[in-house]
Amino acid sequence: MLEAILFYSFAGLALASAVGVVAQRNPILSALSLIVTLCSLSAIFGLLGSPFIAALQVIVYAGAIMVLFLFVLMLLNVPRREEGDGPRGVLKGVAILLGLLFVVQVGAVIAAHGHAAAPAGYEATTQSVAQLLFSSRFLYVFEATSVLILSALVGAVALAKKDL
Amino acid sequence: MSPLYQELLIAVVKVAVLINVLLVVFSGMTYLERRVLAFMQFRLGPNRTGPFGLLQPIADGIKLFFKEEAMPEGASRWAFVAAPIVSIATAFTAIAVIPYGPPQRVPSWDLLPEWLRGREISFQVADLNVGLLFIFAITALGVYGIVMAGWAANNKYTLLGGLRSSAQMFSYELSLGLSWVGIIMLAGSFKVADIVNSQAGGFWNWNASPSRQFLAFIVYLIAGTAEVSRTPFDLPEGETELVAGFHTEYSSMKFALIQMAEYINMITVAVLVSNLFLGGWHSGIPGVGPSFFWFVGKVAAMLFFFVWLRGTLPRFRYDQLMHFGWKVLIPVAAVNVLATATWVALVH
Repeated sequence: MLEAILFYSFAGLALASAVGVVAQRNPILSALSLIVTLCSLSAIFGLLGSPFIAALQVIVYAGAIMVLFLFVLMLLNVPRREEGDGPRGVLKGVAILLGLLFVVQVGAVIAAHGHAAAPAGYEATTQSVAQLLFSSRFLYVFEATSVLILSALVGAVALAKKDL
Repeated sequence: MSPLYQELLIAVVKVAVLINVLLVVFSGMTYLERRVLAFMQFRLGPNRTGPFGLLQPIADGIKLFFKEEAMPEGASRWAFVAAPIVSIATAFTAIAVIPYGPPQRVPSWDLLPEWLRGREISFQVADLNVGLLFIFAITALGVYGIVMAGWAANNKYTLLGGLRSSAQMFSYELSLGLSWVGIIMLAGSFKVADIVNSQAGGFWNWNASPSRQFLAFIVYLIAGTAEVSRTPFDLPEGETELVAGFHTEYSSMKFALIQMAEYINMITVAVLVSNLFLGGWHSGIPGVGPSFFWFVGKVAAMLFFFVWLRGTLPRFRYDQLMHFGWKVLIPVAAVNVLATATWVALVH
């Protein structure tokens, strides 16, 4: 009962703010709506019994990445879009078509799998996530990803600083 | 009553007590900070309202309550109103998962309902498996209050203050997080209570002692001070160059809320230092048992330390701040993590 109330309020908040991201004319307000979406998704992760993923969602996406987004938006001072200079007719049509396609896909998945639920008593704690991540199954992928991120970091520094 | 509602009732009572205690400590701190700072500068400070000026916080509260609310022209209405709310909400949420003392049993008085008698109550609102990560996540969200306040007011000084503070926060957040990794590895848990209990048995077992995590302690003290924008890291509101930084355009209760959020964040850092590095509610002397009062004493000492810093140090320059954060603090914290990891891997 309580869980259902919490789930529907956070799900509703996530959807409403996701619409806000697209509907806002001011880019900074769009970014702020996206933060609300990410935080409500994190609350849903928490309800699903994985506090670790919930915390990471907020730290990585809502905390680190969106601060950088906002920082750049505020520095560049992107002008707000006025009425009328939105996407043109063809683009609008394509967007609506893609949106409909997505709705059909989601409907098909729900129809095929129905209500999937996490196994009872399951909790994705820090320990269980770590054991899975450092097991022989994912270890090499995990390490390869960190090397990839490191090389991206080095590349960014090399591009930004011409004379090292 | 069903078990769920019992838990909920206990949680609601805890939240109410915590918020009220924090508000009292906040108003006390505004008085003590001005008074102690004044003594350090050979002044008297507020001493006219009530005995020793003790009623000054109440007078300030009443004054702010009756001030006119002003919103600058061209301000973004939503963000302007939401910013103080975000600041205060994140400040209160972060401190909710920190324990203040060992769990206590409720005495079995006849007055109490059946289910409450002899029940063990922990001294924290929520005991999360991811405790420290949760605190880290919520403080990361706290930045948005400042960024929104700075941007929404449509004023160049507030915008500069907001930009400065977001840059400062995500620069020092890194070393702050790294300074926690060592103590998490030593305690083997993200739960604050586990970390506190790993420091029992004497002051040489505290994480702040040179045999444990002394480097991390220094890094966290500096990064924590920067995270709550206290002197010498108070650039976001450097009054000589930015009027009052991100909260220049705020007045009345909105200003009071922002001020309150800043003090509560400072209290959170003081509480975290005493729990993570100074042994929390454990006494430093072997043979003397743990007590809630040890914890209070350590927090009070930390709060005094912050006021003392403000009375002693000048403000950093912006380039010095960035240089120090990225080129000194982060390497030191990273080396500490490597050393601790090696030690833990060899010993365990």
